[in-house]
Amino acid sequence: MDHLLIPLLNGTLVAATPLIFAATGELITERSGVMNLGIEGMMLIGASTAFGVALHGQPAFIAAIVAMLAAALMASLFAVLALGLAVNQYAAGLALTILGSGLSAVIGRQFGASSVTSIAKLHIPGLSDLPLIGKVLFSQDPMVYMALGLALLTGWFLNRTRAGLVLRAVGEAPHSARAIGYPVIRIRYAATVFGGAMAGLAGAYLSLAYTPLWVDDMTAGRGWIAQALVVFATWKAGRVVLGAWLFGGVTVAQLFAQTIGLHVPTQFMSALPYVATIVVLVAISRNPQTLRLNTPLSLAQPFRPDH
Amino acid sequence: MNRLYLERRAVPSRIMGFIAPALALLAMIVCAIPMLELAGLAPLATLRVFFLQPLSTGNGISEWLLKANPLILIGLGLAVGYRANVWNIGAEGMYTVGAICAAWVALHFAAGVHHWLLAAMMLAGILGGMAWAAIPAFLKTHLNTSEILVSLMLTYVAQLLLSWLVNGPMQDPEGLNYPQTALFSESATFSPLIAGMRVNASIFITLGAVVLAWLLLDRSFLGFQLKVSGAAPAAARYAGYAQARLTWISLAVSGATAGLAGMFEAAGPLGQLSPVISPGYGFAAIIVAFIGRLRPIGVLCGGLLLSLLYLGGEAAQMSMNVPAALSRSFQGLLLFCLLATDVLVDFRIRVKA
Repeated sequence: MDHLLIPLLNGTLVAATPLIFAATGELITERSGVMNLGIEGMMLIGASTAFGVALHGQPAFIAAIVAMLAAALMASLFAVLALGLAVNQYAAGLALTILGSGLSAVIGRQFGASSVTSIAKLHIPGLSDLPLIGKVLFSQDPMVYMALGLALLTGWFLNRTRAGLVLRAVGEAPHSARAIGYPVIRIRYAATVFGGAMAGLAGAYLSLAYTPLWVDDMTAGRGWIAQALVVFATWKAGRVVLGAWLFGGVTVAQLFAQTIGLHVPTQFMSALPYVATIVVLVAISRNPQTLRLNTPLSLAQPFRPDH
Repeated sequence: MNRLYLERRAVPSRIMGFIAPALALLAMIVCAIPMLELAGLAPLATLRVFFLQPLSTGNGISEWLLKANPLILIGLGLAVGYRANVWNIGAEGMYTVGAICAAWVALHFAAGVHHWLLAAMMLAGILGGMAWAAIPAFLKTHLNTSEILVSLMLTYVAQLLLSWLVNGPMQDPEGLNYPQTALFSESATFSPLIAGMRVNASIFITLGAVVLAWLLLDRSFLGFQLKVSGAAPAAARYAGYAQARLTWISLAVSGATAGLAGMFEAAGPLGQLSPVISPGYGFAAIIVAFIGRLRPIGVLCGGLLLSLLYLGGEAAQMSMNVPAALSRSFQGLLLFCLLATDVLVDFRIRVKA
């Protein structure tokens, strides 16, 4: 049983990691009242820049930082439009996704079929050698733990700090927040750029650790799944992690279906994460009350301070 | 210190409605120059290959219209929905399912000559696209689920469905195991308008759809309802317009046009199905709808422009070894610039001393 269970649990944790990064970033963005549909594009920019930097022999953490900066830059492009000029946020986000996927393929054309060495797994003497628990909980690469730490920090930030309270106020009632002196637009900029940086980190994880080789459009819709996760999590950080594990599990399950001799066409198995996304979205949205109670009130509404 | 700020116009500027897209194109080209420089390409030569070379031959013009065809058709449907704030971003999936349904009809009546076959395939394409669009419509109206995410997820599902079909049930039995269907019969394909070129009569149907869309959006009560429910949902509710009905109509129309576009592509330049049947028309059509400022005539122009970007991408790829993805970058850039210049329609720039 162990020979099946350990890779299954490991695979779930690893597949969930980019989703946690991207969805937590978007969670902060959306809590400030901004809906950025550009996660997929920013992840791709992160994945391609990180891969390029790693290919030039730089260590993984430098590659990850460059990815975060590049994706944050993309997010600020979106912010100029959606916040500075107050254009339709859906349209600006879509533009970001299209631009990001195009640019990443242009960047990626020089990579050919090369690959980079994947981020090393930790080995904690003693703990990593424990049966089952050691192999699942204490032998992952550092970014798996970082993602969990990020979600914890985000939950703490939103619910336990003054800055988190201000961020939520800006998302719920921007005009009131402005009336008592908070710079609404500037706070939204910051939240949007943070969301971009996290999407970049998610992309970097994909190209440095998850599948350390370059393929065009390698995110394969994960940015959109992260978007759905935020809704599924009803804008709460802890539930993002649960949702990500669920999706990680579904993603990995398709790989194991073949090992245990399940004769279903591969395409059907590959469609599972997308169908699962729809199913969980329906499950959470079915009750209008749930969404109305949890959606940031000003989400996707352009804010113009002058009137 | 002088500071620029935006002041809302009393009424949206009509002239700016025309100038803004042109400005956006100009801004895109300006932004593209450093981008090309960074990618190690000579900017001016590349731009010439992109925008001028494709239209320098008769065949080039035929290809231009051929590619504009699905973009315009899908863009029309999306414009209807976007007016009503219904965000269908999964036209690519509806296009795919439309093509699958049309192909099924074509392959079912592969033997013999049937004059009605193209019409039946069009119907199948429309119904297929509408059926795929009915899923997000149902989930939105009955279960309150975001049509944005559902329609997009269904695009991935549709592409996998196509991949399964051409590798299995619909695979050509005599096709040496290639993942593709048999070639359609002559009755099931559009014949070229001019021998040796690929553009076919389906472009006239698209022109008809432009007129229909104009009648629907600008000359009917339904079009008015769509506009009101998009621009002022509270007013639409107060007036008693049924939001659910408008959502259904928006998605059904965009599904139908996307499905028909899929049929046009399958029965036109493709002539069979393979795992990849679209260079992203469904996504590019989103840009087309915006460039057209959600007006049918505008969508027509937008489709022609985006088609040129596709052709330019191909030309640049062949003659300069530029990645085809460059045209997708240009598309994204264009939408960015367009959204920025569009602000000028409703606002004017003022200087505060």
